[in-house]
Amino acid sequence: MAQRTAVLPRAEPTPRRRGLLRGAGTRVLGLWLLLALAVAVCLLSIAVGTRPIGLGTVWQSLTDAATPGDEAVIVRQLRVPRTVIGLLAGLALGVSGALMQGHTRNPLGDPGLLGVTAGASFAVVLSISLFDVGSPGGYVWFAFAGALAGSVAVFAIGSSGAGGATPVSLALAGAALSALLYALVQALTIRETTTLDAFRFWVVGALAGRDSEVVGQVAPFIVAGLVLALVNAPALNLLGLGEDVARGLGTRIWLARATGLAAITLLTGAATAACGPIAFVGLVVPHIARAVTGPDHRWLIPYSGLLGVVFLLLADVLGRIIARPGELQVGIVLAVVGTPFFIALVRRRRLVQL
Amino acid sequence: MTATLPTREPATSPQPRRAVRVGPFSGVYRPRRLVVPLAVLVMLVGAAALSLGRGDFPISVPDVLGVLLGAGEDTQRFIVLELRAPRIVVAVLVGLALGLSGALIQTFARNPLASPDILGVTQGAAIGAVAVIVLGGTTTTAGGLLGGIGVPAAALAGGLVASFLVFGLAWRQGLDGYRLVLIGIGLSAMAMAVVQYMLTRSAIWDAAAANVWITGSLNGRGWDQAQPLALALVVLVPLALAMGRVLGVLQFGDETARSLGVRVPLAQGAVVVVGVALAAFAVSAAGPIQFVALVVPQIAVRLAGGSRPPLIASGLLGALLLVTSDLVARTVLPETFPVGVLTAVVGAPYLLWLLVRGRRRSTL
Repeated sequence: MAQRTAVLPRAEPTPRRRGLLRGAGTRVLGLWLLLALAVAVCLLSIAVGTRPIGLGTVWQSLTDAATPGDEAVIVRQLRVPRTVIGLLAGLALGVSGALMQGHTRNPLGDPGLLGVTAGASFAVVLSISLFDVGSPGGYVWFAFAGALAGSVAVFAIGSSGAGGATPVSLALAGAALSALLYALVQALTIRETTTLDAFRFWVVGALAGRDSEVVGQVAPFIVAGLVLALVNAPALNLLGLGEDVARGLGTRIWLARATGLAAITLLTGAATAACGPIAFVGLVVPHIARAVTGPDHRWLIPYSGLLGVVFLLLADVLGRIIARPGELQVGIVLAVVGTPFFIALVRRRRLVQL
Repeated sequence: MTATLPTREPATSPQPRRAVRVGPFSGVYRPRRLVVPLAVLVMLVGAAALSLGRGDFPISVPDVLGVLLGAGEDTQRFIVLELRAPRIVVAVLVGLALGLSGALIQTFARNPLASPDILGVTQGAAIGAVAVIVLGGTTTTAGGLLGGIGVPAAALAGGLVASFLVFGLAWRQGLDGYRLVLIGIGLSAMAMAVVQYMLTRSAIWDAAAANVWITGSLNGRGWDQAQPLALALVVLVPLALAMGRVLGVLQFGDETARSLGVRVPLAQGAVVVVGVALAAFAVSAAGPIQFVALVVPQIAVRLAGGSRPPLIASGLLGALLLVTSDLVARTVLPETFPVGVLTAVVGAPYLLWLLVRGRRRSTL
């Protein structure tokens, strides 16, 4: 009930479920298994496509730069950059989802709901309309700047209300700001059909058509974001006890918050810049990871990152399989697969009363 | 907060309110409840007359009123009655439906930020309409079938199906406003992905047409859209007005309403069904014109006073807002922008302002 949520204190204790894997040894083992799974999915992503390529050829093309033939060219120039983008975006979205949910105490934290996407979309439309930018590589900086501005604005608005940053106020601030920005996007795309023609392919969220240049552009930001996220994990565990307790235990609250916010913005901004808006990875993956590891962010963050890679690349591969010889963009596959999970999450009583 | 109002009221209001009794009926005498709707109605007629006069052939307001009353030259009669009136009628009906729908949904959710926009109606209707626009021209069986249905019917069906999905999924021993909003946001995101996918698969001119529809526009609307909408309103508006009393009781919270003898799930279900149906018909006629349903009830409650958005005033104010926005979009803006752009650009900052002010806590 809206009335009751507004009055509830923010520091309601999260349920202490310990997860499937308890000891440190089994968690390390699980991490290795997950890493192996991620590598396998990467290989699958390189092998599957309009032109299927055998794993043997894939391996040969990867290890021996002088391998002749079309298939080696496909592997090196198309499939590998695409897979690396997916790998980076999956890592970034999974980790930033875990951070966002931890910092906001909001199980629904996701860049798609919190203004990042709308900010990036508006910036990309501006770049197409004003500067005639026309390739995924060219959109990167605009999308990044827009994503930064959008997420900061939503956090500022959502936490400035009387109840602080509650799940509802953040979601609604995101919805309101997104509505405003999308109206401006609509205004621009209605005036200029050529802008619409370029924009409609960016906004679905896809891994196709990104070359290795894009990898180089976003990789530094994602690596920096990942480092900040790992540094932030112990402080985030303390913040989970409530700000007062964390302060009493010697945490510098503003530093921990700032580090987390910087990591979230770097990661989601870079991922959106690279692939366009991709919803639901950041939302769904941390919940699965939490079921495995429990709420300790030192484990949750690496698990979320690797699970994000597995999810994103599997969705991409699925999109290539079900719409042959064309492909279904990864953003659409994820939205269609992710929504049922989101709804199941919302229907749980505990979440509703958070 | 609403729940504490009954105990607090005697302390804060210096005089007891005057009661009006007519036979078995009685109510509290509130002059603003009467004056505000009447004033809005007068302004609505004025705005409509002004809008009927504006365009490539300007006609003065007295002449327009004369034409409406049966006088005037043939050219003026043709321009006003045949060319401009249908569009204005659609604007009035759509505004009325959206304003009423917003008042119902906000009172039900006890939240000034709720609106049919975020409960699946909009995006569901968009799926239906865009499917017809994009696939309707093709020669496949599905395309022929969809083309035969037409955009308004497909939008209506899409909006109703999506919102009932939202309600069905949010139903757990009763409806909870918060859960409803979150599930609405989730399903809307999925529907939006499907719409975006259809846009990428279509020819660019179809995509452009669909893009205009998604924004909400009154361009090219006429009697074809006005008729079904008017029929729906003839049924739905009396139903909505009949719910006024139950709405007042529901406001006190589920427990209080139950102890006052209201069957809460039934009453909530009825309010939501009527609210959604109003919004779905409005969207099928003009596309999802954003924020009218959100903003109008809040303005109405501030103008007319009271503890919840007044139904009649909300409907009339919605019509006034839409006619005025359409007038501005048609005449002041450089090109004929869809009216939905204007309402969103004005309405979204208002929603943000509501959030920043923390109005959420004081419920309605």
